[in-house]
Amino acid sequence: MSTVLDVRSLRKLFPIRSGLLSRVSGHVKAVDDVSFTIDSGETLSLVGESGCGKTTTSRCILRAIAPTSGEILFQGQDVAKLERRELRPLRRQMQMIFQDPFSSLNPRMTISEIIGEPLLVNGMTDTAERNARVAELLELVQLPSAYLNRFPHAFSGGQRQRIGIARALALHPSLIVADEPVSALDVSVQAQIVNLMIELQDRLGLAMLFVAHDLSVVKHVSHRVAVMYVGRIVEIAPTKALFASPGHPYTEALLSAVPVPDPRRRASRIVLEGDVADPSNPPSGCHFHPRCRYATDRCKVETPPLVEIAPGHAVRCLRADEISLKGVDGGHTTN
Amino acid sequence: MSDVTAESRVAIASQRQLIWWRFRKHKLALVSATIVLLFYLVAAFADTIAYSAPFDTEAARSYIPPQPIHWFDAEGHFRPHVFALKGKRDPRTFKLAYAPDPSEPRDLVLFGHGYGYKLFGLFPTDRHLLGVSNGRPQDALFLLGTDQLGRDVFSRLVLATQTSLTIGLVGVTLSLLLGILLGGISGLYGGWLDLGIQRLIEILRSIPTIPLWMGLAAAVPNTWSSQKVYFAITIIISLIGWTELARVVRGRFLALREEDFITAAELCGASRMRIIFKHMVPSFLSHIIAAVSLALPAMIISETTLSFLGLGLRPPAISWGVLLQDAQNLQTLGLAPWLLVVALPVIVVILAFNFLGDGLRDAADPYG
Repeated sequence: MSTVLDVRSLRKLFPIRSGLLSRVSGHVKAVDDVSFTIDSGETLSLVGESGCGKTTTSRCILRAIAPTSGEILFQGQDVAKLERRELRPLRRQMQMIFQDPFSSLNPRMTISEIIGEPLLVNGMTDTAERNARVAELLELVQLPSAYLNRFPHAFSGGQRQRIGIARALALHPSLIVADEPVSALDVSVQAQIVNLMIELQDRLGLAMLFVAHDLSVVKHVSHRVAVMYVGRIVEIAPTKALFASPGHPYTEALLSAVPVPDPRRRASRIVLEGDVADPSNPPSGCHFHPRCRYATDRCKVETPPLVEIAPGHAVRCLRADEISLKGVDGGHTTN
Repeated sequence: MSDVTAESRVAIASQRQLIWWRFRKHKLALVSATIVLLFYLVAAFADTIAYSAPFDTEAARSYIPPQPIHWFDAEGHFRPHVFALKGKRDPRTFKLAYAPDPSEPRDLVLFGHGYGYKLFGLFPTDRHLLGVSNGRPQDALFLLGTDQLGRDVFSRLVLATQTSLTIGLVGVTLSLLLGILLGGISGLYGGWLDLGIQRLIEILRSIPTIPLWMGLAAAVPNTWSSQKVYFAITIIISLIGWTELARVVRGRFLALREEDFITAAELCGASRMRIIFKHMVPSFLSHIIAAVSLALPAMIISETTLSFLGLGLRPPAISWGVLLQDAQNLQTLGLAPWLLVVALPVIVVILAFNFLGDGLRDAADPYG
């Protein structure tokens, strides 16, 4: 399989301005040295608590915001360095599915206008041809094509998300960035949308970056998972390996919070103390040490590197080979 | 069955239709809209509705009180008419007293002849909505009385409505252009431009308006024709008016820039122009309309205030403010209280605009 996206040492700093003259008094390291790859037909999930930089990462990849440094190789071209005009042809190839199905559709446009917009601005000016393609896309996301002339307000959250997916697929993209696409939906609807996305990915061979915080959904959709904490990837591994044998204490804590559908098993939940570290003033050494129950004095001073502990399984922890952590059994991984 | 059709009707209803449906429920706003519309009809057909030439002075008609229309004749038939007036000077006070002369009824006719004018400035005609069958209307009809110079108050009021309402429109259009341009630049580009424009707005708004207007109005040369003064006054009024609209536009741009559907349009490669005119402008158009309908009465009040104080339009121009100026001194009020009637349309129009604006804003903003 070919690599669609190759992110290398991505960094995004947001300046903090203060005072009368808005002088830069510091930086928020929203994304700090993040690297990963996604192959075609593969889903990489980016998980972490809110504020850990996963959304910033995804927006940088789409160049909705400009990264501070690093390379974003998309089909061999560095997206990070392209000008706005040079970006246009590449943008068709990467599309986004948004978190909020309500604000992501223009309330003043009909469904056919919304889904047809990417087609129209990219040169499909013939209305009949465009409507035919829109109908085809609606069928792809399992919505009746009779809805063409309706406005977004007539749809439920799940239906709106399907419309958002249809719009993202309109230009035959090779990469889909999905920013928490189901977190705003009811649980029953979540499953439908997730299954639709898996099905479409299989059918169309899409590479997908799936940003999420719900690990049960992540387990279901992704081939590989990257866990982020305060702007850094702390662990990246194939889904099965990550769930069965996490290598980072933070991953272990996240996994312990996943509900297990078995009433006989008591969940032994690891409750993390304290809040997520402040990315404008992160703790020294390993960012996670103030909340880590395995932390030693060494963790406070030394910044751990991302080390491969098994093929494709890398962990950013100084004590990765000393401690043994508890996972959840990945009994039924679909992919 | 009817439920199904109603449901699908809502489903394919555009945002504009939804706003209209919400607006329709707002009864007060609907009534106000009708009133505003009627006023603008009067403004459009001012010369037709007026029956006496506004500058037609006649000492013999000074301070005639309002004269009623008699709808039925002595036999009880429907026959709208007025009586001719006989002026008699009181030998002690030397004041002219008018008495109707029942022997000389004058029938009212629709679209009778009167003074000549050009309809919409294009079509020369001398037809007026009201006329009398025999004689000139300016000698017979005094629906709201006359002023000191014997000019008909009703006709002057109608023509003043035209001036005052259009000055509001022109003023708002100017402020809207300035507001959208500067507010749009401010909201879209941000940075130093935004900072500069915002400070400018704050400075303009911190200046007390009346002294500012006084200063600017004093700068208008005395020798200018009333038309030139009219335009100078509109520009002066809209100089303040644009700040509010610029803030509304900037706020909408800032809010919309962060919306996901704008990002989606950017990501699919839509041009900046398309994003602004296809996505952003339509979504704040309704807010702009509401803001305009609230800005209009402010403009009208400004003009009336300025002219009342003698800083705005000056006679021979006719506006509500100019007419009210006639009613400024106590003596005239004692002798001819009907001159105060001008205040009535001012109040009605301002109230109607405010209710209309409220209704539009509520209809345009479902979360308001």
